[in-house]
Amino acid sequence: MAKAEEYRSKLIELTEVILTQNREISPGVHLISWNRMHQFQAGQVVKITLDPAIPSRIYSVCSGSDEPEISVLFNIKKDGVLTPRLSDVIPGMKIWATKPYGSFKDDKSPAWWIATGTGIAPFYSMFCSGISENKTLIHGVRQLSQFYFEDELEWAMGDRYIRCCSQEQSCNVFPGRITTYLQELNELPTHINYYLCGKALMVVEVRDLLISRGVPYENILAEIYF
Amino acid sequence: MKDSLFGKTLNELTALAIEIGLPRFTGKQMAEWLYQKDISSIEEMTNLSKKNRELLSSKYVFGLIGSTKVQESIDGTKKYLFPTANGKYIETAMIPDDDRKTVCVSSQVGCKMGCLFCMTGKQGFQGQLSAGEIVNQIRNIPEWHEVSNIVYMGMGEPFDNLDEVLKSLEILTSDWGFAMSPRRITVSTIGIVPGMITFLNQSEAHLAVSLHTPFDDERQRLMPVQIAYPLAEVIHEIKSWDFGRQRRVSFEYIVFKGLNDSPRHVQELSKILNGIRCRINLIRFHPIPGTPLEATDEITLQKFKDHLNDKGILTTIRASRGQDIYAACGLLSTKEMGG
Repeated sequence: MAKAEEYRSKLIELTEVILTQNREISPGVHLISWNRMHQFQAGQVVKITLDPAIPSRIYSVCSGSDEPEISVLFNIKKDGVLTPRLSDVIPGMKIWATKPYGSFKDDKSPAWWIATGTGIAPFYSMFCSGISENKTLIHGVRQLSQFYFEDELEWAMGDRYIRCCSQEQSCNVFPGRITTYLQELNELPTHINYYLCGKALMVVEVRDLLISRGVPYENILAEIYF
Repeated sequence: MKDSLFGKTLNELTALAIEIGLPRFTGKQMAEWLYQKDISSIEEMTNLSKKNRELLSSKYVFGLIGSTKVQESIDGTKKYLFPTANGKYIETAMIPDDDRKTVCVSSQVGCKMGCLFCMTGKQGFQGQLSAGEIVNQIRNIPEWHEVSNIVYMGMGEPFDNLDEVLKSLEILTSDWGFAMSPRRITVSTIGIVPGMITFLNQSEAHLAVSLHTPFDDERQRLMPVQIAYPLAEVIHEIKSWDFGRQRRVSFEYIVFKGLNDSPRHVQELSKILNGIRCRINLIRFHPIPGTPLEATDEITLQKFKDHLNDKGILTTIRASRGQDIYAACGLLSTKEMGG
């Protein structure tokens, strides 16, 4: 059995940061920010918690790599240990965070970014970091209010920003799930990379669909929220 | 709906006994009936007075859940299908081998991890199992008195349901519970690091880690968890842990044709596992519907094993069992749910 000091030392990677922003950008969805102290690459994640004694959770960074602040997007999970409390933290208060890490990273080559819900975060970070030129972004949500950052993305990406909504309808929004949208496409490019981010079932279904349509699995990189 | 007694720890049973006005020692009596004796109703707890049994029955049920389907392989392996509280199904395998009977239990309904080679992942995540639902998979099979080993390698990621898994381990290993040695229990993870650290601190059961390739870029395409918890972090934690002489860590390695079965992989495995007293279990891949992955051939598998052993890493090939009964985890329950 390891000694208690050794166990505690495993937590030193978390450092205190002071919140600079906590904004509810959609019902039950918050964007929080703190000053950036480390370089990072868009697509990377941070672990955050309110207290080192509470297990940290992993969130994708949702801001550009050159911006002065690091932001994170999260849903309030009513029965969760962290998010209900995190949503109440006000600017000036401290939370704990690691420096960004992870390998969900893209370059400037053509790719499709596919996200559901708050899975938009790493792609918004990539967008804000200036690597959206050869990309197609497909965002699937249940309600129209969940198209976070849509004005900005629509303005900059135009037809390469595709919205799918399964429970509400609007013009320029595909009425249905992402998998239905993809199934209805006559052709899918097979030589580019696909980046998937969201809940497990979406990732698994989309990955299976892409593979069945001839996309090599090596071209598919997935990040699952768990 | 009445709460179940089955799946509660001694402390919980004692607390509930006191709460409803029963003597404190009733908790211990209930634990023995629940986990050590062949009964299935509160009425059969005969060292409790009739009045106290009636009081208990007015608030609680015993809580065993019977299997709805059993399949038996020609090699003796049995696969049990159990319904869950949320109307889904989980699978439990009982694998006989000479004088051993190993039970492979599920820890979740479905799974969030989305590994490319796994059938359970295709169900998505359907819910957590309670400690009672985990332990029920052992207690409620006909062979439960003969179970020699337990592996948490069925549906789900145990460390994504850590509290209930730890509670189930407490029930299985406590004197008041099943009184099994933790050395006969192995919990397998894909590498959820915080859960793994807590498990190592709070349990003495063996640890198995799904490795499948030592290279980050390959692993993140097979196992999305690699992005959140890189293998290097998992290995670092394991290396920093004193496992002592009794506790074992092993690495699970499904061998895929042309993907992770090369000398380059042997070389890298020996490098990253250097300094860890461990075993690698090589596993034959049983293809699942729609998978782009293939099983490696027997000659390559044997050669791969020999090369790892030559490098000083104890390596074995796990016998494939129950192939004729939807052996791959998740196939039977997916079929049952109409998937």
